[in-house]
Amino acid sequence: MNQNILTTQIETSPDNGIRTEEMLLNVGPQHPSTHGVFRLIVKIDGETIREAIPVMGYLHRGTEKLAENLTYTQIIPYTDRMDYVSAMTNNYVFCHAVETMMGLEIPERAQFLRLIAMELNRVASHLVWWGTYLLDIGAMGPFLYAFRDREMILDLFNELCGARMTFNYMRIGGVKWDAPPGWVEKAKDFVQYMKKELPNYHQLVTGNEIFINRIKGIGKFDSKTALDYSLSGVMLRSSGVKWDLRKDEPYCIYDRFEFDVPTAAEGDCMARYHLRMAEIEQSLRILEQALDQFPSEGEVIGKVPRVIRPPAGETYVRIEAPRGEIGCYIASQGKDKPWRLKFKRPSFTNLQILPKLLEGESLANMIAILGSIDIVLGEVDC
Amino acid sequence: MSALLQQAPSWGTTFWFILAAVALLAVLLGFVTYAIYFERKVIGWMQLRIGPNRVGPLGLLQTVADVLKLLLKEDTRPQHADKALFTLAPVLAYAPAFAVLAVMPFTESIQFADLGIGLLYYIALSGITVLGVITAGWASNNKYSLIGGLRSAAQMISYEVPLVMSVVGIVLLTGSMNLREIVEAQRDVWNIVPQFIGFVVFIVAAQAELNRTPFDLPEAESELVAGYHVEYSGFRFAMFMLSEYVYMFGMGTLITILFLGGWLPIHPALSFIPGIVWFILKFSLYVFLQFWLRATMPRIRVDQLMSFAWKVLLPVALFNILLTAVVISFQNGTL
Repeated sequence: MNQNILTTQIETSPDNGIRTEEMLLNVGPQHPSTHGVFRLIVKIDGETIREAIPVMGYLHRGTEKLAENLTYTQIIPYTDRMDYVSAMTNNYVFCHAVETMMGLEIPERAQFLRLIAMELNRVASHLVWWGTYLLDIGAMGPFLYAFRDREMILDLFNELCGARMTFNYMRIGGVKWDAPPGWVEKAKDFVQYMKKELPNYHQLVTGNEIFINRIKGIGKFDSKTALDYSLSGVMLRSSGVKWDLRKDEPYCIYDRFEFDVPTAAEGDCMARYHLRMAEIEQSLRILEQALDQFPSEGEVIGKVPRVIRPPAGETYVRIEAPRGEIGCYIASQGKDKPWRLKFKRPSFTNLQILPKLLEGESLANMIAILGSIDIVLGEVDC
Repeated sequence: MSALLQQAPSWGTTFWFILAAVALLAVLLGFVTYAIYFERKVIGWMQLRIGPNRVGPLGLLQTVADVLKLLLKEDTRPQHADKALFTLAPVLAYAPAFAVLAVMPFTESIQFADLGIGLLYYIALSGITVLGVITAGWASNNKYSLIGGLRSAAQMISYEVPLVMSVVGIVLLTGSMNLREIVEAQRDVWNIVPQFIGFVVFIVAAQAELNRTPFDLPEAESELVAGYHVEYSGFRFAMFMLSEYVYMFGMGTLITILFLGGWLPIHPALSFIPGIVWFILKFSLYVFLQFWLRATMPRIRVDQLMSFAWKVLLPVALFNILLTAVVISFQNGTL
């Protein structure tokens, strides 16, 4: 930790002799707006932030180290607990890495189930973000509306795999469970419902004068800064870089569906807000097509050896999670357990720009900026 | 009540006087108890929740249980807090909240003191509360409290000015600061019509005075955890909470009296309905507006709040005074 921050400056005004001092404020790890156990040490002058140091690691569980002593199938539940708001994408990135190493064929129906699960999870994740962000800004109502709609997605997942958050749904070579009868129709109904519901969200919040004043023009950065800090996902796209792995490096079966990659040029919190809302729309568009083309029958798990032993070597795959680019690196020595496993977590990478963004901002903006990055502490600390 | 005041002091009148004060206090506490209950219920319904429904029938005893819980809590005080100030702060915030109610004419007959300058009395006393808030913020020896307390001070001072300015129009119209006379002057038309600009300014400024959404910055829980009362718990916290709601009661009463015609019926033909019913109806409307705003609005930022007060509300209030003065002079033929 930077020790310099612990020294505060004391100044005496030459005009009136009033002694002023900078103040150190410890925000978190038990603070309502850090979205978990994140800690920030901020040096403030009045309400203006001079310097901010993020301290993380309060939720570190050593997933990557633990994985070295687990078989490949046993690792999947651990990935659920990283980004617990969007566990399906975590499941996928790990399975995808192992499948790439082993060169496995994934059955059509499993591909569809994976894609539908991931996109539903993206909608759920953005809904959580929308609700909690508004809670940070001070409005409590939207949070409960968002959670009502997210609940429907969780119910769908519950029917699919018996869990609401930590799914453990995907397996190497496919998925664990087939969709129960009538599930696809329910998912279709949800997509239609959500399409009707989204305009209400905009009506309640997007045009609100106070809300716009709170987030417009703050937390700004340009595309060069975004690339320098290796940002990804909405953080990157909000600064004008059109980069979405679903389009640029298609995985799963994303290349079969039509969708746009929304981008914005402003790079502020308002742009990120609009992008996430637009992404919900695009996800619903993908879901609509995928549910229509859903194969009526087929296997949900391919031909996979009983004991999974990827050949010796290493691989790195990356996919587009709701928070940005999530990557999985596996080094194998041909055993049933990985020799080394490493996750590139988007929340962790995106968080690195925070001290730069906070400099010179006010304390109230701090919450708005932190919220707009959309972090999940389970993933930051892993 | 005024008849009682003019009688020679004796044990009998003193007894009645104290009894009346206790009765008002009981009404007030009853209001606070059920205002909190309704706030939780109404906001619950607006937010797809049920609200309290466990303690007593329909959850009616929920607030009673909460208050009991606060009473029974251990009386904690931070080790490095300024003991005297820490204890004094809730009282400073709480006493004026009750004192302002003395001049409120709820109906023609229910009023404690018919002061000639009732309006001024209210404004002067309600200004004291901010001292309690600053004291609490300072004495707690907590950084969050301090920021909350200072924010509160800045906010209350900024908003007191447009609040006072917005009622000057009414004083000009009525020619009196006596609250009873202000109501009586609204027999033909309520002040909300000729003083609509003043009404809007007053509603906004009152919201900031009360520290309620969207101006609940001093206790912005997403930034300052709980603002100036971070370190308060148990009954000291309850006193802050109580004074906040009593102020809401006071502000609702004041708005009803100043702009909504107090106990007067909406049309003279409806005057068979007792004044107190009209009063409660209008008053409830304001209280409901509070709950509604709280369920919908995000929170404004502190610097925007200040610039809004000085750059928008104050000029509008001053314009309102000018307009009212010009119109009155015109009507009197002096212009």
